[in-house]
Amino acid sequence: MPDQSPISSVNDFVVRFANVNGSGSASANELFARSILRHGVPVSPRNIFPSNIQGLPTWYEVRVTEAGHLGARGGVDMMVAMNPQTWDKDVASIEPGGYLFYDSTKPMPSSKFRSDITVIGVPLTAITNSTYTDPRQRQLFKNIIYLGALCALLDMDPKLIEQLIGEQYKGKEKLLSSNVHALHLGRDWALQNLKCPIGLQVKKADKVGDRIFIEGNSAAALGAVYGGATVCAWYPITPSSSVAEAFTSHCKKLRHDPKTGKAKYAIVQGEDELASIGIVIGASWNGARAFTATSGPGISLMTEFIGLSYFAEIPAVIMNIQRAGPSTGMPTRTQQCDIIACAYASHGDTKHVLLFPEDPAEAFEFAAQSFDLADRLQTMIFLMLDLDIGMNNRLCRPLKWDDARQYDRGKVMTAAMLDEPGRDFGRYLDVDGDGIPYRTYPGTHPTKGSFFTRGTSRDRYARYSEEGAVYADNMQRLVRKFETAQDMVPRPLQANAAKPTKYGVIYFGSTSPAMDEAIGLLEARGHQLDRMRIRAFPFHSSVASFIADHDFVYVVEQNRDAQLRQLIVNENGIDPVRLVPILHYDGTPITARFIANAIGDHQDHLKVTPLRKAVS
Amino acid sequence: MTYIAKPKFHHPGLKKNDLGYTHRDYEGKISTLCAGCGHDSITASIIEACYELSIEPHRVAKISGIGCSSKTPDYFLGNSHGFNSVHGRMPSVLTGANLANRDLIYLGVSGDGDSASIGFGQFAHSIRRGVNMTYIVENNGVYGLTKGQFSATADRGSKSKKGVMNTDNAIDLVAIALQLGASFVARSFSGDKTQLVPLIAAAIRHKGASFIDVISPCIAFNNHAGSTKSFDYVREHNDAVNRLDVLTGRDPITVDYAPGTVQVVEQHDGTRLALRKIDADYDASDRLAAMTFLQKHAAKGQVVTGLLYVDPDAEDLHTHLDTVETPLNTLEAEDLCPGSAALEKINASLR
Repeated sequence: MPDQSPISSVNDFVVRFANVNGSGSASANELFARSILRHGVPVSPRNIFPSNIQGLPTWYEVRVTEAGHLGARGGVDMMVAMNPQTWDKDVASIEPGGYLFYDSTKPMPSSKFRSDITVIGVPLTAITNSTYTDPRQRQLFKNIIYLGALCALLDMDPKLIEQLIGEQYKGKEKLLSSNVHALHLGRDWALQNLKCPIGLQVKKADKVGDRIFIEGNSAAALGAVYGGATVCAWYPITPSSSVAEAFTSHCKKLRHDPKTGKAKYAIVQGEDELASIGIVIGASWNGARAFTATSGPGISLMTEFIGLSYFAEIPAVIMNIQRAGPSTGMPTRTQQCDIIACAYASHGDTKHVLLFPEDPAEAFEFAAQSFDLADRLQTMIFLMLDLDIGMNNRLCRPLKWDDARQYDRGKVMTAAMLDEPGRDFGRYLDVDGDGIPYRTYPGTHPTKGSFFTRGTSRDRYARYSEEGAVYADNMQRLVRKFETAQDMVPRPLQANAAKPTKYGVIYFGSTSPAMDEAIGLLEARGHQLDRMRIRAFPFHSSVASFIADHDFVYVVEQNRDAQLRQLIVNENGIDPVRLVPILHYDGTPITARFIANAIGDHQDHLKVTPLRKAVS
Repeated sequence: MTYIAKPKFHHPGLKKNDLGYTHRDYEGKISTLCAGCGHDSITASIIEACYELSIEPHRVAKISGIGCSSKTPDYFLGNSHGFNSVHGRMPSVLTGANLANRDLIYLGVSGDGDSASIGFGQFAHSIRRGVNMTYIVENNGVYGLTKGQFSATADRGSKSKKGVMNTDNAIDLVAIALQLGASFVARSFSGDKTQLVPLIAAAIRHKGASFIDVISPCIAFNNHAGSTKSFDYVREHNDAVNRLDVLTGRDPITVDYAPGTVQVVEQHDGTRLALRKIDADYDASDRLAAMTFLQKHAAKGQVVTGLLYVDPDAEDLHTHLDTVETPLNTLEAEDLCPGSAALEKINASLR
C-alpha cells in the first residue's frame, strides 16, 4: 500500500503515456483519448515528441476534464510507463498519490518505485508473446492490450472503444476483430488480476455537446479551402507540414470538378521555402488566392520575398506554425516566438498583418478570412499558429460557414472600369485615402491597366523612380494602409473580472485555454484580473485603452524575450514598466498552474508590507 | 529599366500583322542598357517573334529576376504586365503565375548570374516541372550591374576585362536543361537575329518548358580578347545545327531549302517547326544525341546554336496536376467553396 492516499477523481485527471518513438503507440493512445470523448467527457490531449523517427522517447498526455479545461494542467496522475529509457523521469513526474502503470513481465527492484504512488503491473510482454508470433504484431497489439487494461482500471465502457475501432477499421474486418481481441485480452487480464476500478475513473457524462475534435493544422487547411485558396506551394518543415498535407486531402475530397474530375486547385511541393513563397507571390500577383505553410526557419528564408510582397503590394498568406527557435531550436516543441520576426519581416521598414487564432475553430475562421484580408489590403497576411494548436487534436466548437458569404477580392480594376470615361488608373494611386490602391490582373485590357511590378522604387503610376520624395510618398502611403488594417483585422476580446480591479492581463493564441483556467485559480487566491485576448496585429486602439485603464497589465506569452510586449511597447509608445511579462518558454505548452503561480506570486508580492522597514 | 516612354506617333504605312498590330504595338520603353548591348538585340527579336505570331501583347506575362537582362522586359510588350522580382527567383514567380492563369503566355527573362548562380535551383526545378513557359537566358558570362565579376557560365580559362583568368568550370545551362527534361532546348546568339527570331516564336508556341540560352556579349565588361562570350569569339566559333521556320495555321512547307533538307516537327497546337538542317546528321528529336553532340562540340571549343531538342508531345505542369481548363484565378466562391452542408458533414466526422 502506498504511504499516501491514492488520488481519487472522476473525470478530472491526467494520464501520460511514455513510449518509444516508432513503436506504433500513437494510434492506441489517441484511441484512448477519443474513447473518453465518446463517454461524453471532454479531453485535452497533447503529443510531446522528439525530432526523430524511431527510438527516442515520446509522450502522449491526455487530460480528462469534465470541467472542459483545454489547456495543459501540469503534473501527471497516472503514468503509463512503457519506455525504460525515461523510467526515472517518468516515475518522478507522478503526483503524490498517483498511479504508475507498467509492464511487469520482468521484475523490477523496489528502488525503481516510489512509496507514495500506487503501482499497477501488467505483464504486457508475456501476454503478447503468448498470443502473437509476429514481432510487429507483438509490438502493435501490446499497445491495444494496455488500452484494454486501462479500460478496466478506469471503468470505461469497452463497447465505446469497440465502436471506435469499428469506425477506424471499417471494411477491414480482420484488423477490426484482431484489435477488439487484443483490447479484451488486456481488459480481461486486468479484471481477473487487479483491483478494478482504481481511484481514477471515467463516468459517462454529457459535457462534450456538439463540439468537434480536430487538429489546428487541419482546420486551417480547411479554412484555406473555404476561403478560396487555389494555389498552395510549400516545403516540408515540422510542425507545419500537415497543413499542406491536410489541404491536399481536403481538396481531393472537395475541389474536383464533378463533370471532368479535374482539380480546381494546384499544389506544388517547392524545392525550398524560397521557391514556395515565390510561387505563392506569382500566383497572387496573377489573381489567384495562394498560400504557403511553414515554420520559423522557413520564415527566415522567405524574408526577401516577404519584403517584395510588402513593397510591391502583392497579397499572399503565410501560415506560420511556430516551434521553439531560434535556428533549429527544438523543432518538435511549441513556442510563440516568431512575433517580432513576422511583424517586421524583411529588410527596410516593413510591417505585416498577423492573426492569432486561439484554437482550431478560430484557425479555420481566420484562415478563410486571411484571404479576404490579403486581397483587401494587398499585402502578406501571417496566420500565426503554433505546434500546440497545429499538431494536437483540440476540442472546439463546430466549424461554421455562411453560405451567403462572398469572397472580397478588394480593389481590382476590371476592363470595364478601365474603359469608364475619366477613370485614371495608377497602380499606386491612393484614390480613396485609405492607402490601398487599385490593381489589375495581367491580361485584363489590350491597352489599359498594364503596369510593371518591381521591388525598386516607383511613382504612383508604377514608373521607376529614385526620387526621394516619390519614395517617401510611397512609404507613407504604406503606413496609411497599415493604419487602415487596424479596423479590418479581428478585434481583441475583452472580459472584465467579477470585481473591479486595477490589474489586467493580455494574452493571445494557444495560451487562451490555460489562461481561462488560470483566471479561476487566481480568483480562488483572491486576485481579480480584467483580461484581453489579442487576435491581430496591427493592434486595435482598444489595446492602448485597456493598458491605460489599469495600473499595470501582465502580458502572458510563450517566448523568452516578451515579443508581444515588445511589439505593444513599440507600436503604442507605452511605458514598458506598465507591462509585466509572464514568460513560459521551455517548449512545452503553457499551463494554467504556471500562469496562476507566476501572476499570483507577483500579486501577492504587491500586497506584502515591507517587513524590513517595520523591523528596522 | 526606365521611365522614358517612346513617342506614340508612328508611320501610317507600317506593316500590320493578322491582328492589325504593328511592330510598335510590341515595343516597350526606351532601353537604358549600354549602346550595343546584346540584350537589346534579344529584345528586338522578342518583339519580332511576337509580331510574327500575331500575339495579343496584353496576353503575355513577362517575368524576370534582377540584373541587366531582367531589366529588358520593360523594353518590349508595353501593354503587358511585367514583374521584376528578386535575384534568381523568376522561375518560382513565373510558376505561380502560370498556375493561376494557364491561358496567358509566360515569358521568363533571366541572366546567367540570375539563373546559373543564385537561381540555379529555381531554374532547374521549373524545368523539371515542365512549366509552360519560354525561359530565355541572356547569357554574357559576367555580372554587368556590379561591374565585371565572372558569372557561373564563364568558361574556364576565359579572361575578365581586368585580365583575371577564370579558374572555375562553367555551367552549361543548355546541357542542364536537356538533362532535366526540358521539352524545347535551344541556344542562339544575340547577333544572329535570323536564327533567334524563329527560335523564340517556336518556343512560345511550344507547350511545355522551353529553354533558350542566348549568348549575349556584354559590351562593357565582356567583349574583349580572351573572353569566350564576346561578339568576335562567338561569331568565329558558332556552329549552327539548323535554321528554323515556324509555320502557324498554314499548309506544311514542302519546299526544300538549300543546302540541307527540311525536317518538319508538328506540335500539338498545330504549329509546324520546319528545321532546315545545316549539320547533316543532326536529329533534334533525340535528347540523348543532343547531349552528346553538345559535349563533343564544346570539347572542340565550338558554340553549338540552333534548336537542339524538341519534344512535340510535351506535357506541362497543368497536365501533371490535372487542373481544370478554366484559369484558377477566375474561379469564384460558388466554384471553390464547398458550403455549409459539406462543413456539417465534416463536423459530424470529427465527433
